Amino acid sequence: MNRFTHLIEFFRLEEPNVQIVFAGVFLLAALSGLVGSFTFLRKQSLIGDVIAHSILPGICISFLFAHEKDPLFLLIGAVASGWLSTYFVDRISSGSKLKEDTVIALVLSVFFGFGILLLTMIQQGGYGSQSGLDQFIFGRAASMTRTDVLILVLAFLLISSTVIVLFRGLTMLVFDPDYAGSSGFPIRILRSVLSSATVLTVALGVQAVGVVLMSALLIAPPAAARFWTNDLRKIVLLSMAFSVISALMGSASSYTSTGLPTGPWIVMFLTFFALGSAFLGRKHGVMRRLIRRRQNAWKILSENILKSFYYLSDGFTTQAGYSVAMVSKNTGINQLKVRFGLLLLKRSGSMNRSQGGWFPSSDGKIEALRIVRKHRLWELYLSRFMHLKPDHVHEDAEGIEHIITPEIESELLAELGFPSTDPHDNEIPEITEMP
Amino acid sequence: MIKEVENPVLETHNLTVVYDRKPAIWNIDFTLPAGSIVGIMGPNGSGKSTLLKSIMGVVEPNSGYARLFNKPLDAVRKRVSYVPQRQSVDWDFPASVLDVVTMGRYPHLGLFRKLRSEDKEIVADSLEKVGMLAFANRQISQLSGGQQQRVFLARALAQQADLYLMDEPLVGVDAASEHAIIDLLKQMQASGKTIVVVHHDLYTASEYFDWLVLMNTRLVASAPLEEVFQEEMLRDAYGGQLTSMSKIAALLREKSFPMRHK
Repeated sequence: MNRFTHLIEFFRLEEPNVQIVFAGVFLLAALSGLVGSFTFLRKQSLIGDVIAHSILPGICISFLFAHEKDPLFLLIGAVASGWLSTYFVDRISSGSKLKEDTVIALVLSVFFGFGILLLTMIQQGGYGSQSGLDQFIFGRAASMTRTDVLILVLAFLLISSTVIVLFRGLTMLVFDPDYAGSSGFPIRILRSVLSSATVLTVALGVQAVGVVLMSALLIAPPAAARFWTNDLRKIVLLSMAFSVISALMGSASSYTSTGLPTGPWIVMFLTFFALGSAFLGRKHGVMRRLIRRRQNAWKILSENILKSFYYLSDGFTTQAGYSVAMVSKNTGINQLKVRFGLLLLKRSGSMNRSQGGWFPSSDGKIEALRIVRKHRLWELYLSRFMHLKPDHVHEDAEGIEHIITPEIESELLAELGFPSTDPHDNEIPEITEMP
Repeated sequence: MIKEVENPVLETHNLTVVYDRKPAIWNIDFTLPAGSIVGIMGPNGSGKSTLLKSIMGVVEPNSGYARLFNKPLDAVRKRVSYVPQRQSVDWDFPASVLDVVTMGRYPHLGLFRKLRSEDKEIVADSLEKVGMLAFANRQISQLSGGQQQRVFLARALAQQADLYLMDEPLVGVDAASEHAIIDLLKQMQASGKTIVVVHHDLYTASEYFDWLVLMNTRLVASAPLEEVFQEEMLRDAYGGQLTSMSKIAALLREKSFPMRHK
């Protein structure tokens, strides 16, 4: 069977084992996307890392007591030691001068070290059913059982309904805990609700994706979602969606390529979403910034070209057209760019092309007048209020003329007392109808 | 100089907060008259913010207590509004101006009750008062420092309290916003509110406040402006005469000495 049919087979969910993995990974990813949104916005993402590492000793101790891999029993151990680690982080960072990141590193390594010690003891102790305990380090989604899924369903129902009911409180806890406390919100309870949800999520997730990658599952989805929207509810939903899609794609990939574990695959897809969002994100993405920068560059280019026609034609007193070379010489912009700018202007109806060359349309002339006017107003403003010498104001105005809005323009006019000439005694043109 | 008033709107009694064995505020004991604009002043690290936080129950005092309207805080929470320092929150948080000001209704609504149309009107009205109604749907990350502060004030207004405790509302605020804020405070005072403002600029204090609390870990003065605003008093708060005080504080910390016997 080739890979593709394997993939189809995975998503058709015919094998009972695949059903379990599918359901388990789905729930787990939805949970981590949900809980992760809050820890991410609280800037406490690393706490997930601490919990994931600190779960190991709890699991080992549970195993030593039970002598078998009872999932519920292991979960209790995991949650207990995860809880203990967050307690230590809180206590040590508020009660000492150590910075929180130092405390996190400290708690994480102490717990994990102790866990590895216990794990090694178990592995060398000849416990029959220990096989599989070591998957807590790298995770193995395929080993999920029906009981695991049942526990996940319960945990998901519990945590998601708690978040819905306490949404207001949790938002306040994350945004402004001091104000929330002063309003009488039970901050301590809310804080423990959030950290319990985090501990439970991580404890459930470690088995599937492993200690190291669990924190990625908490951080990457909300980080990706943040690039797309400024609405908290949407961030939460989007983060859950990114997380679920990555997890399903990851486990499908792992299913089709035997030997490659699920966790790393999931993280690969998460990374893909996070990087993609950083680039394409509608609200804060790089792409958007690039587009805006390009739009600005085009605006500046075409405005500079229009302005040059004003100077070339001596304030539009002549009607002759100008060649690309002449405009290029006048503006100091290379011919290729000038040609491009002229085409942009033609498309927007500001420029006409005739036998004699290029010349602005009446709209274009008004536009040009407006730019010259803003330029000279700004020069006057600088020399009058900033006391700059007239020969120092031109450069500044070259940049500012493109961003002065009509509102600022009228404010400038009023502040300057409706002037008629700039510091170089050039006329500040009135905007009138153009032929 | 510490002047006691009858029927104080706010009273602290031996309020003490210790951070990591070092007292941040120490036996603060004062009463404030209703209907005044009170400035709390003192040098950096003199415990001004801690004082407000301990009054509002955000920080648990190690000893002493505060009473508001002659009642414990829990009984009168809705009547007291706290404005934290602007820098204490993350302004990149995904929320709009409207979202933040709506939080001002939470002391009345609690964790669960739904927003009524009446609440929405109050929120819009508060935004109007600080001149930010046009920005209601703006993301808070896009605001200037002065606008952020006005949003915080609108949130406090939306609570419709009688006593306002504001932590440095004039820090990092442009001159125009500062005037707008002060005008607003005076209007609030005119309608019978009491406003307590943590402030650090001595030059403007005499214009803004009619009662001053000077502190430097300990209380130096609490009295009407004219009585406090004297050179020696300010020197006590800001100057060198309290060096032995800070020496004792350092010693307590160094020797792990119990400051209180409890």
